[in-house]
Amino acid sequence: MLTLRTFGQFITDTLGIMTKGSRLYYAWIGFLLLLIGMGAIAYVGQLNHGLLVTNMRDQVSWGFYIGNFTFLVGVAAAAIMLVIPAYIYDWEPIKEITILGEMLAISALVMCLGFVMVDIGRPDRFWHIMPLVGRLNWPQSMLAWDVIVLNLYLLLNWFVVTYLLFCAYTERHYVKKLVLPLVLLSIPMAVSIHTVTAYLYNGLAARPFWNSAILAPRFLASAFCSGPAILLILLQVLRKTTKLSIKDEAIFKIAELMAYTMGFNLFLTAAEAFKELYSGTEHMVYFQYLLFGLKGHNTLVPYAWASIIFGFVAFILFLVPRTRTNWVTLNIGCVLIYASVYIEKGMGLIIPGLTPDALGEIFVYTPSFTEITVAAGIFAIGFLVFTLMLKAAVPMMLGEFTLSKGRKAASEPEAGPIKA
Amino acid sequence: MTDRKPTCSPEGCDSRSGSGGNRREFLGTAVAAVAMALTGCGKLSKEEFLQHNFQELSKDEVRSVIARLEKEYKAKYGKDVKVATTPPLPGVIFGYALDLSRCIGCRRCVHACVKENNQSRDPEVQWIRVLELDKEEGVNLQHAEQYYNPEEVPREGHFYMPVQCQQCKKPPCVKVCPVGATWREKDGITVVDYNWCIGCRYCMAACPYGARHFNWGEPHLTADEVNPDTHYFGNRPRPKGVVEKCTFCIQRTRKGLYPACVEICPTGSRKFGNLLDKTSEIRYILENKRVFKLKEELNTQPNFFYFYGV
Ligand code: SF4
Ligand code: SF4
Repeated sequence: MLTLRTFGQFITDTLGIMTKGSRLYYAWIGFLLLLIGMGAIAYVGQLNHGLLVTNMRDQVSWGFYIGNFTFLVGVAAAAIMLVIPAYIYDWEPIKEITILGEMLAISALVMCLGFVMVDIGRPDRFWHIMPLVGRLNWPQSMLAWDVIVLNLYLLLNWFVVTYLLFCAYTERHYVKKLVLPLVLLSIPMAVSIHTVTAYLYNGLAARPFWNSAILAPRFLASAFCSGPAILLILLQVLRKTTKLSIKDEAIFKIAELMAYTMGFNLFLTAAEAFKELYSGTEHMVYFQYLLFGLKGHNTLVPYAWASIIFGFVAFILFLVPRTRTNWVTLNIGCVLIYASVYIEKGMGLIIPGLTPDALGEIFVYTPSFTEITVAAGIFAIGFLVFTLMLKAAVPMMLGEFTLSKGRKAASEPEAGPIKA
Repeated sequence: MTDRKPTCSPEGCDSRSGSGGNRREFLGTAVAAVAMALTGCGKLSKEEFLQHNFQELSKDEVRSVIARLEKEYKAKYGKDVKVATTPPLPGVIFGYALDLSRCIGCRRCVHACVKENNQSRDPEVQWIRVLELDKEEGVNLQHAEQYYNPEEVPREGHFYMPVQCQQCKKPPCVKVCPVGATWREKDGITVVDYNWCIGCRYCMAACPYGARHFNWGEPHLTADEVNPDTHYFGNRPRPKGVVEKCTFCIQRTRKGLYPACVEICPTGSRKFGNLLDKTSEIRYILENKRVFKLKEELNTQPNFFYFYGV
C-alpha cells in the first residue's frame, strides 16, 4: 500500500519536473510540439486520402516509413549493447550510461511503432494484430514475431528504467537479484529484435537483394555502429549541461568498440557486394541499381556511395587512437557513422530490395512531402519522449531529486538541471 | 496517377449507426470512435469495425455480414449488388495454362478483368500485367516492357507474357501475412478477406509475381461500372487501404463458368480447368505440351502454367 502511494508520488513528481524547466527547455519542447503538430496534420491528410498521398505504389510498396522503422530498430537494439561491458565486466564508468541506453531504446521503439502505424493502410484495424483479441499469424509470419518481440522489448526496458529510477527516487538500493537478470535478458532480446527485423526481409525469396544469409549479421553490425554514435554525442551534451560525470575513458572505450564493429560492417557489405557483382547472376541488378544505376535511373547512386565513403572514413577516424581521442574528429566520426548507417539501413535497404520490381519494372521512388512531414513528426515524438525521460531521470540518478528532497527541489525555479 | 483526390464528403462522413443486436456490443462505441478517428472520416460502422476474420464467423454472422455489405453497396451505388459466399466445389482444384505461342499482347484480358472484377477505375487497378519480351532474350524479366503500345501488337521480334496471380500451391503471400487475412482455399484459389486485411503490404513484398495490388486511394467505381454479381472473396467493391488480387474470377468459376479473361481472349491462348479431372483440357496440355512455370526455382509451385501450343 505504502509503495503504491509513493509510486503515485513518484509519478506526480516526475511529471512535475518534466513540466518545469529553463526557457531553452521550453523552446525545445515547443519546437518538438510544432513538428508533431505538423506531422499530425499531414497524417490526417493521409488518413483522408489514403496512402495515395505518399509516393509508394504497387511496384515500390514500402518506402520511407519502413526504411526509418528498420533503422530505428537498429538504434533500439544497439543502445542496449553498452549494457554488456557494464554488467558483465562490472565496468564502472559505463554503468550510468546503461540507463541512458535504455531510455534511448524506449524512444527508438516508440518511433518504430509509430512508423509501422503510419505505414499500414487500415490503422482502424490495429486490433487485428493484437494477440488473443485479433488473429496473429504466429509463428508463420515474421511480422507477427516482430510485433511480439518489439513490444516485449519495449515493456522490458520501460520496466527496468522505471524501477531503477523509482529506487533512486526512494533512496533505496535496487534489488540486484531482480535487475540483473532483466538487464541480462535485455541483451539477447536486443539481438533478437534486430534479427527478427532482418528475417522479415531475409525470408522473402521473391526479393533477392534481401534474401541473403548475411542480412541479419549485417543488420547487427551496422546497428552497433549507429546506436553508440548517437549515444556518444548525447553523453558529451549531458556532461556539459548537467552534473552527470562521464569519464573520457568511457567515451573513448565506446569509440574503440565502434571501430571494430564498423570494420566488420564494411567487411560484410564488401562480401555481399563481391558475391553479387562477381558471380553476376540475374540477381545482380539490385546491387547495380543501388551502386551504379540501371537504365539511366540513378537516384540512389550518390547516397549509396556517400554511405560507403562515410563509413570508411569513420572507421579510420575511430581506429587511429589519435583521432579517436580528439573531440573534433571523434564527433565528425559519429556524424559520419550515423549518416552512413541511416542511408544503408533505411532507403538503401528498402528501395533496391523492391527495384526493379518482381516483374522487372523500374519505378523510381522518392518520398513525398507528406511522408517527410509525417516522418518528422514521428521523430519529434521520439525526441520528446527522450527529452522528458531525461529531464526527470538525470536529477534522480544524481540523487538530487528524491522522495525527501524532491518536493522542495521541484518548487525551486532553477532546479531543472538541464540548462542548455 | 490521379489528380482527383477522394475528399471527405458530408455524406461520407456521417457514421451509420449500428442496427443493434450485435453480440460484441459490449466492446462499446468508444473503441469504434477511436477507430473512426483513425480512418480519417468516420465512414465506419461499429459492426464493420468489430467484424472478425471470415474464417472464424458462424453461419449467422456470415449472413449478417453479407446483409450489411449488400445494404452498404445499395446505398452507395443505388443498385442491388449480390454478394455470394459460394464455397469451393468438391473434387476441384483449378489450374490455368497460357499459350505463349498464341498470345499477341492485345490486352483485352486486362480490360475484361477490370470490368468483371470491379477494380477501381481511378486510380485504375489492373490484376493482369502483360509483358512484352524480346524473342532473343527469352523469358528474362529484366528485359520486360509493360508500357508498350497495344495498337502496335504483335511487334516484330517480340512475344507477350501476361502475368497474374499464379495461385501458388505454396504461396509466400499467405505465409507472411501477420493477421491471416489471406489464405489458400480448397480449390486452390488464394483469397483475401478485404474486411480483415490491415494493409501492411507485407504480402506484396513476398509475392514473386507482382500479383498483389493495393488500394492506395479510395477506389472509384461508378454505379454503371459496377458488376452486381459478386463474391465476398472476389469482385465485391473493395474499401481503401487493403490488398487485392486475381481470384480466377471466383464468383464465376465456382459456378462453373470460365474466368472473364479466358472468355475474352481472341486467340484462345488462355486455358482453364479442373486439375483433378483427368479428361480436362488443362490436363491434356500439362501432359502433352512443353510447359513451364514462372520462377520455378522459388518453389512457390504455381497452378498457373505457361506453354508453347505450336
Ligand atoms: S502469385 Fe503471388 S499473390 Fe498469387 S498465390 Fe502466389 S504469391 Fe500469392
Ligand atoms: S496487406 Fe493485408 S493481406 Fe497483405 S500481408 Fe498485410 S494484412 Fe495480410
